[in-house]
Amino acid sequence: MLIRNRGPARHCAAAQASGVWVLVEQQHGEPHDVSWELLGEGRRLADTLATPLTAVVAGAAEHGLEAAAGRAVAYGADLVRILEDGVLRHYRTAAYASALAGAARAHRPAVLLLGATPLGRDLAGAVATDLETGLTADCTQLASDPESGCLASTRPTFGGSLLCTIETRARRPQMATVRPGVMPRPEPDASRQGSVIRERVDLAEHAIVSKVLAHLPEPREDGARLVDARIVVSGGRGLGRRENLALVRGLAQVLGGEMGVSRPLVQAGWAAHGRQIGQTGHTVRPSLYIAAGISGAVQHRVGMENAEIIVAINTDPDAPIFDIATYGIVADATSLLPALSDAFSRARPDPARAGEGRRYG
Amino acid sequence: MAMHSVVCIKQVPDSSQISIHPETNTIMRQGVPSIVNPYDLHALEAALTLRDRHAGQVTVLTMGPRSATAALRRCLAHGADQARLITDRAFAGSDTLATALVLAHAVAMLHREQPVDVVFCGRQTIDGDTGQVGPGLAGRLGLDPLSYVVEIDSLDPASRRIVVRRRLGSASQTIESRLPCLISMLEGTNQVRFGSLDDVLRAERAEVPRWSAADIGLDGSEVVGLKGSPTRVRRVFAPDPVERPTQRLETAEREPADAAAILLDALARGHPELLAELVGAEVARTGAGRTGLSC
Amino acid sequence: MANRFDAIVVGAGPAGNAAALTLARGGLDVLQVERGEAPGTKNVQGAILYADALERVVPGCRRGAPLERPIVEQRMWMMDESSYVGTHFRAPRGEGPPGRYTILRAPFDRWFSEKVREAGALLICETTVRELLVERDRVVGVRTERAGGDVHADVVVLADGVNSRLAVVAGLRPELRATEVALAVKETVFLERGTLEARFNIGRDEGVATEMMGAITRGMVGTGFLYTNKESVSVGVGCLLAHFKATGLRPYDLLEQLKSHPAVAPLLRGGEAREFAAHLLPEGGYDSLPGMHGDGWVMVGDAAHLNNAVHREGSNLAMTSGRLAGEAILKLKAGGRPMTARNLSAYREALARSFVIKDLHRYRRVPRLLENNRQFFTDYPELVNHAVAKMLQVDGIDKRTKQREALRAFRDRRGLGGLAGDAFKLWRALGSRGGR
Ligand SMILES: Cc1cc2nc3c(=O)[nH]c(=O)nc-3n(C[C@H](O)[C@H](O)[C@H](O)COP(=O)(O)OP(=O)(O)OC[C@H]3O[C@@H](n4cnc5c(N)ncnc54)[C@H](O)[C@@H]3O)c2cc1C
Ligand SMILES: Cc1cc2nc3c(=O)[nH]c(=O)nc-3n(C[C@H](O)[C@H](O)[C@H](O)COP(=O)(O)OP(=O)(O)OC[C@H]3O[C@@H](n4cnc5c(N)ncnc54)[C@H](O)[C@@H]3O)c2cc1C
Ligand SMILES: Nc1ncnc2c1ncn2[C@@H]1O[C@H](COP(=O)(O)O)[C@@H](O)[C@H]1O
Repeated sequence: MLIRNRGPARHCAAAQASGVWVLVEQQHGEPHDVSWELLGEGRRLADTLATPLTAVVAGAAEHGLEAAAGRAVAYGADLVRILEDGVLRHYRTAAYASALAGAARAHRPAVLLLGATPLGRDLAGAVATDLETGLTADCTQLASDPESGCLASTRPTFGGSLLCTIETRARRPQMATVRPGVMPRPEPDASRQGSVIRERVDLAEHAIVSKVLAHLPEPREDGARLVDARIVVSGGRGLGRRENLALVRGLAQVLGGEMGVSRPLVQAGWAAHGRQIGQTGHTVRPSLYIAAGISGAVQHRVGMENAEIIVAINTDPDAPIFDIATYGIVADATSLLPALSDAFSRARPDPARAGEGRRYG
Repeated sequence: MAMHSVVCIKQVPDSSQISIHPETNTIMRQGVPSIVNPYDLHALEAALTLRDRHAGQVTVLTMGPRSATAALRRCLAHGADQARLITDRAFAGSDTLATALVLAHAVAMLHREQPVDVVFCGRQTIDGDTGQVGPGLAGRLGLDPLSYVVEIDSLDPASRRIVVRRRLGSASQTIESRLPCLISMLEGTNQVRFGSLDDVLRAERAEVPRWSAADIGLDGSEVVGLKGSPTRVRRVFAPDPVERPTQRLETAEREPADAAAILLDALARGHPELLAELVGAEVARTGAGRTGLSC
Repeated sequence: MANRFDAIVVGAGPAGNAAALTLARGGLDVLQVERGEAPGTKNVQGAILYADALERVVPGCRRGAPLERPIVEQRMWMMDESSYVGTHFRAPRGEGPPGRYTILRAPFDRWFSEKVREAGALLICETTVRELLVERDRVVGVRTERAGGDVHADVVVLADGVNSRLAVVAGLRPELRATEVALAVKETVFLERGTLEARFNIGRDEGVATEMMGAITRGMVGTGFLYTNKESVSVGVGCLLAHFKATGLRPYDLLEQLKSHPAVAPLLRGGEAREFAAHLLPEGGYDSLPGMHGDGWVMVGDAAHLNNAVHREGSNLAMTSGRLAGEAILKLKAGGRPMTARNLSAYREALARSFVIKDLHRYRRVPRLLENNRQFFTDYPELVNHAVAKMLQVDGIDKRTKQREALRAFRDRRGLGGLAGDAFKLWRALGSRGGR
């Protein structure tokens, strides 16, 4: 076992680096939505730093990387670098890390962003080690200083109750992974122009130890649509009994939305983890979030406070959820929820459609 | 052929017992017990299972303060064979890059004592919460990094081939690799065993050897601790309260149906487009004011 | 035999720690077995600590122990539905060090246990003792639930708390009876230090203990309490288990009601409630004390029902009994004498000479009295509250008439004979020293 420690000389110094890079994450030709969110954020950073925004798309020929590159331009990239090689057919940490680190070494970006997905976090850890640079995980806010070119990455810490801001001063690229669902997804602009460059990937299959024997898409878990839902109705411990969760689901259906829950309900086995909103669950930013019987602990709030409109229903007039609500109603959720379902159904112009669910997203 | 596994574990404060002081916004650590990072126990159990199948040794390793000995002891009580604490003031302030380097030197040292076949890590720590140390350590040691492993399907000590299954977001992969490799176990994949009485007695009595920076060849090094850490924490602060004027709807003493109507009315006034979307109606042409929905 | 020790102590509460510390300091090879993840994780107490009992086990304890606040003021409240009548007693700072402190059990037990380990005892946690190993009517060790879990020793100290399943299963103690134990629930409400000190009118290093009785227990025999810690308040309520069973009332509801009582709610407002816990307390008193020693075993603390319900003292009796048991065992060991029932009776005798048994004997009638005379928890608090409310009302009625009305109310409710009888019963239970 040998230790790779090429010392400080290995990383790139601040003065030599420029440009913001975003990795467009894809598996088997399916780009991850966080990529577009990252491009929106990357665009903002690049504009502040007056530097181009580059999207990096990595994969194999059959993944249709050109299509992804086109979308990346529509979402704001000035330039797309395609890393294409058969070796990149399946995600393997060593292969992807080698390809991405190689490109970064060749072109010296100042900032390199990845989604804080399982793949993104794994890959970022490997790349940062290879480049001997700083990496901040699971960020929820990014800011750049045009003077110093420094990236301030902010992430939750201590269970989401506090935030901390981390910087990488001397080394480049400044790396961060960004939590999916936190940054707004920009409107794609199909008329945007950008250039696409194919990079040489110097990878030999025999140099990669791992071989993928099988790849299976997992069945989508319960709550998979939650992240994209325009309407989310969530229930918490204040519902009191498991049966009352049906009232939440009922209203969500009437509104054509999705049901979410706070963590205690997942722990009690009332709902699948895929339904959990918050720090250890999903982050959502729907148009409307209705919180019924949820106290509004920080760990829950970080997952929903970016909703456009928040309606809070709670029997306790001092519940912290009211601090962030657009509309606060001090009421018993178990009686108000059915009343709301009823009121919304009846407010439909066409009674024939009452009660029928509609889907968004 | 006996296997030697090294499991990297970390002692962390039990986050379920940390809370933030409601008024001063400072962390209330008072009396918060330290535990073994729960994710790491899945790694430990995976290593113990390998030992069940192939015989051999399980070494637990941590970099941390002297008090982290307690965490190592707990791992011994779960059945690990031996433990090493890497501790030195020079390591204080290490970020994930520097931590991975220190651990790499320690593993290389252990490797010299007895060749290492698999290095295990947890998916992430509940305090650092980065999941970066595992891939970083693999990079330093030139080991094939296998992350999010759910199960070790097979391992053949003779040919040194290992097949694992791992979960990557919405897909799962079966991967074949070679020893030595680095495995980061996914949480919830197994349940750490309850050690025997002899394990616990041995754990309590054990001397846990400590290695300093010098012991692992990192004396006076510029690449560990704060100096070797490219990242700097600039600020720790409480989240801003989201600025959002809250409108309290007066529903006290009202029947649920009336309370519901009051909300619909408020939406009609403040957010007519949203309400229209909710009920599948055209936005009332008469302006944002009355929609008559509340009757 | 692979695993053999001079002594095994089951439990790492105050009783077990005092015993293990005494034994280890005396040079014995001690194994202490605790089922909790760490000492203190399973333990519940109000919690007031009596420093004297601890000082005798850990001299100089006031310096190192994680004590919260010394008690400078004692409050006793008789509660009605929405009012209370009470006394507040604040003693000037005396000469000596304070005698009572509030503590949080988790850090306190951890600290205590650290002392035990420093003394050389071997502590294993997360290990439940399933049963006692008995050979020819002698306890020779314990069987833990871990694989290969038998351990042998000359003597086993049972410090496993009020339930003591071990003793029951081994036939050393009868099953707990619902009339002999109270079920208490408590929680800790965190407050900012300055707020807390202002609300209780105390300085940085001062604490208040409040004991409450009356309507808060809905007619059941029991009391409530509220103690100030550094940055939190411990609030709880406990009643005889038999009464919970009979009324079907739920302990947590009782606690919620207590917390929202108009006298209590303002003290807790804005606080963050954490650490809910429920626990039993032995309340049978002197008459329900079990045998505390036998061949190869002794029983200490709550396991032996050593608890003074009247004064809410438990941990001091636990620590004292643990220490006395340890000392008795050390003496036998030093004299090379076997741990037989007869030799171990030295422990029981030492206990009888100490305040532990003396106090329990003195209050031996209280449990029965309270159990059979619920008026102390129902009628009296209500009547007293009404009387005082009337007195304070400025409504044109003269005070004398009000006094007469109040007395009439007492008489109507309890009858003259009843009042006299109650007074006598209380006097006898609390004060009389004569025989039965
Ligand atoms: C490391 C860590 C990670 C965490 N991650 C998450 C996470 O991802 N997501 C998450 O949600 N939590 C998370 N938590 C837990 C979080 O701290 C809170 O405990 C949790 O959010 C509380 O859930 P709740 O609001 O449903 O329950 P409670 O806090 O118990 O609140 C219930 C509320 O219901 C109200 N109520 C009661 N009865 C009624 C009624 N009839 N009608 C209306 N209202 C009523 C009450 O007034 C109260 O406000 C995490 C905690 C930790 C330590
Ligand atoms: C709500 C409440 C308030 C109280 N307030 C006060 C107060 O203010 N002041 C006061 O002095 N006293 C108070 N007490 C009483 C006091 O808590 C007890 O008297 C004291 O804790 C008894 O100590 P112990 O060591 O005998 O038992 P415990 O503290 O109960 O310790 C027993 C230990 O044995 C362990 N154990 C049990 N079974 C096994 C087994 N089979 N194997 C291994 N380990 C086992 C348990 O996990 C536990 O750690 C209060 C009690 C309650 C419930
Ligand atoms: N100080 C440390 N000592 C030993 N192992 C560590 C340490 N920090 C992290 N690890 C390992 O790296 C994994 C990922 O940690 P992190 O990157 O902090 O989330 C953990 O689950 C551990 O297995």
